[in-house]
Amino acid sequence: MTSGVPTGGPASALAASVRAGERSAVEVVEDHLARIAAGDGELHSFLTVTADAARRSAAEVDRAVAAGIDPGPLAGVPVALKDNLCTRGVPTTAGSRILEGWLPPYDATVVTRLASAGAVVVGKTNLDEFAMGSSTESSAFGPTRNPHDPSRVPGGSSGGSAAAVAAGFAPLAIGSDTGGSVRQPAALCGVVGAKPTYGTVSRYGLIAFASSLDQIGPFATTVSDAALLLDVIAGHDPADSTSLASPPPRASAAVQRGVDGLRIGLVSELAAAEGLDPQVAARTREAAEALAAAGADLEEVSVPAAVYGLSAYYLIAPAEASSNLARYDGVRYGLREEGDDITEMYIRTRSAGFGPEVKRRIMLGTYALSAGYYDAYYAKAQKVRTLLVGDFDAAYRRFDALIAPTAPGGAFPLGSKTADPLAMYLNDVCTIPSNLAGHPAISVPFGTDRSGLPLGVQVLAPALGETVMFQVAAALEAAAVEVAAR
Amino acid sequence: MSSWETVIGLEVHVELRTETKMFCSCPNRFGGEPNTHVCPVCLGLPGSLPVLNSRAVEHAAAIGLALHCRVQRSIFHRKNYFYPDMPKDYQISQYDLPIDADGWLELPSGKRVGIERAHLEEDTGKSTHVGGGGRIHDADHSLVDFNRAGVPLVEIVSRPDLRSAEEARSYVEELRGILVAAGVSDGKMEEGSMRVDANVSVRPLGSGSLGTRCEIKNMNSLRSLGRAVEHEAARQVRLIEEGGTVTQETRHWNEDEGRTSSMRSKEEAYDYRYFPEPDLVAVDPDPDWLETVRAALPPMPADRRRTVAAAAGMEPGSDAVVTVVRLGLDGYVEAARSAGADANLAVRRLANEVAADSGSVGNLEVGSWVALLAMESEGKLTTAQARTVLKELLAAGGDPAEIAAAHGFEALDEDVLAGALDEVISADPEAWARYLAGEDKLQGLFIGRLKAATGGKADLAAASGLLRARRAAASP
Repeated sequence: MTSGVPTGGPASALAASVRAGERSAVEVVEDHLARIAAGDGELHSFLTVTADAARRSAAEVDRAVAAGIDPGPLAGVPVALKDNLCTRGVPTTAGSRILEGWLPPYDATVVTRLASAGAVVVGKTNLDEFAMGSSTESSAFGPTRNPHDPSRVPGGSSGGSAAAVAAGFAPLAIGSDTGGSVRQPAALCGVVGAKPTYGTVSRYGLIAFASSLDQIGPFATTVSDAALLLDVIAGHDPADSTSLASPPPRASAAVQRGVDGLRIGLVSELAAAEGLDPQVAARTREAAEALAAAGADLEEVSVPAAVYGLSAYYLIAPAEASSNLARYDGVRYGLREEGDDITEMYIRTRSAGFGPEVKRRIMLGTYALSAGYYDAYYAKAQKVRTLLVGDFDAAYRRFDALIAPTAPGGAFPLGSKTADPLAMYLNDVCTIPSNLAGHPAISVPFGTDRSGLPLGVQVLAPALGETVMFQVAAALEAAAVEVAAR
Repeated sequence: MSSWETVIGLEVHVELRTETKMFCSCPNRFGGEPNTHVCPVCLGLPGSLPVLNSRAVEHAAAIGLALHCRVQRSIFHRKNYFYPDMPKDYQISQYDLPIDADGWLELPSGKRVGIERAHLEEDTGKSTHVGGGGRIHDADHSLVDFNRAGVPLVEIVSRPDLRSAEEARSYVEELRGILVAAGVSDGKMEEGSMRVDANVSVRPLGSGSLGTRCEIKNMNSLRSLGRAVEHEAARQVRLIEEGGTVTQETRHWNEDEGRTSSMRSKEEAYDYRYFPEPDLVAVDPDPDWLETVRAALPPMPADRRRTVAAAAGMEPGSDAVVTVVRLGLDGYVEAARSAGADANLAVRRLANEVAADSGSVGNLEVGSWVALLAMESEGKLTTAQARTVLKELLAAGGDPAEIAAAHGFEALDEDVLAGALDEVISADPEAWARYLAGEDKLQGLFIGRLKAATGGKADLAAASGLLRARRAAASP
């Protein structure tokens, strides 16, 4: 059943035409800059549009093509970067006042890799402050709106990147995913978003939220474009000690292979997660049926520790964040609020520079690591993590890949969950287990909710299982097209 | 104080001698214009990540092996606290799994001091507090230099096995000798490449339990370490004898005032919120690699003292042997021994004359050294003459026989000297009679004439001895 599988996407098509000299990269970038100028006033997916730099790099791509040099697999393709990726000389805020005006003196490894693949960065996208949130509303610079319904959130924390791709401002975008921050906004914006195996993409230059969970991932409108982008950014980086030494699996290798004979498990605990919209449960079941119809052996499977994922995550992630965010102290860069002595300067700077969600998590994490509480909280949460990996391992002895919902519901109205942090945290209940385990997962658009807003289904795979993950994702994508057409 | 025993454990921070810093490729160099040896990593800029310097690991392993530790699989932790010269507001250190554990160090006295652990960590930057009292909270402003931030350190923690200020100094001196021998540090306490904190407590002599300890900081020389420990022990004894109790706290040694003062109590101690550093992976030393590190280690001071002592027929803990090894002059003892020269004489000359000169052998070549020792042993040179020749050899090198000849130092055996004295006496019988009658000041006259008669070659000590012997023989 491979006939209906899309074989490419707008990004690969653009790159092909630029490489062939059929379209100029400058023309492509002008086209996208015009779309941004026309549409982003309402959506606010970008914090910075790097129009001049984009024009310059597009011109370079064109010169290379003219000189007979291949600019690379992303030749002339506009890419939007989440604003927690360092860009040399370009403001990088992580969505926080505390970094307002800071200009990094260096590029993140991902940014360098994109440039050497011929990609053209068009700007830096909005995010929840320090990637802490699921709606992009905790950004210090105002929320981003969902292109499908501007009264609703795009999800988060990579909401700006998801919205930019959904709105057609860029065919590709980069996000970071600590507990679902690529996959959940991808689902809410109706695009594809993936979190690779921990260690696949270098974190060098990614402003850390929770180092043991953070992983950079691609956004695209199609599965194969996402695979193309992941193949460009993945790979060992000596500047990141947690970067895997082995060459990453080719994400794009198997997108057209179909799922005939693959064993795929539907994760019971996540398919029936607390607070799941019935529409989401229904779409997930339809996705399972569609994969079965495409030839996969489909069964339900239990991953018992998955239900503890959210609790463990909200100890581990804030604990690491409390340490990672200590450096924003007003001494060396970013915001400084003067005080009579050093302690007062620290307190005033951090009080003024951080928003309420960031402060909440710093306090949670500081508490979890405190003497006398460490064993009860942080150490126990790490044990849950070990349990979870064990449960996943057991499942992967019987299955090649797993599926689950991405988010418990579709895009919700702005402001509807900001007063209730726990309701907001529940958005990540289905995505968090993959971060805790370090496994790859991808969200593929699959149907809509009652209001016609997009929903997503997740494909989970074991560590370094990107190839099979993209293989299943492509089949889901094809099935989604067919379901929509019926 | 006689009924009290002082118990001391030392924490020594050692800056490792590496080309680059611990987690980045900035140069590890003392000094330099402030903030010139910095990069995104050692400045802790957002998004930067540490990459472990393998040479620092090798040095830490070498320290562990030299201190008879178990060199084991270790991980890094973050030690969280705010301080303006700490770029990330946490220090990457090791906590419950240090690279080196459970070793010992042998003092020249032969005593073994337990080593609890030695772990890797990064150094902080350096703050200069301008105005006010020079401390952070009353300064007008502070300047921070991050050149030192990220310099690799090893912290070596001893067990509370030391019992006096003297032993504490001896421990640090011995440790410095080991670190320098292993090539991992220059061991300069004054430049801060070795920094010592002391945990001091006192207990009644014979007691098996430990008293409450205080940690003393800010001692920047061996001398100030000794003074601080003595002062602190006396303070604690006085406190207890006056009916008070010692409270666990960190105290600051003030070199000028010669006393310690409270910095912070146990209650005020930081909660460092240690947790495993997620940006680094475990360090798991390969046994084969460890063997190559061990094989590359030169002999350590304790072994060298034993070698020197055996050659010279002395005790390994004797001052002369300790001095020779501390100054790294044992090669000259070995040269003497293997050439058949008097190794005991060699140790004495090295521990006295060379140590007093510059502490180094300067331009002294091994051949000249052995030849000089032989000349002295054979009586061709007097002790004083040998010292003069040695001084010139150290300064400018050369052939000892030629130097001796240039000074007119020649063999002048006792018979020649006796003959010359007889001539001097018979030339002035009147003076000799007065000398015999008790006019002692005439001794100078005879010695002077004897020197003149021998062209200055007469050894003064030998001449006076001979003169006195003649008078004793002639007296009734």
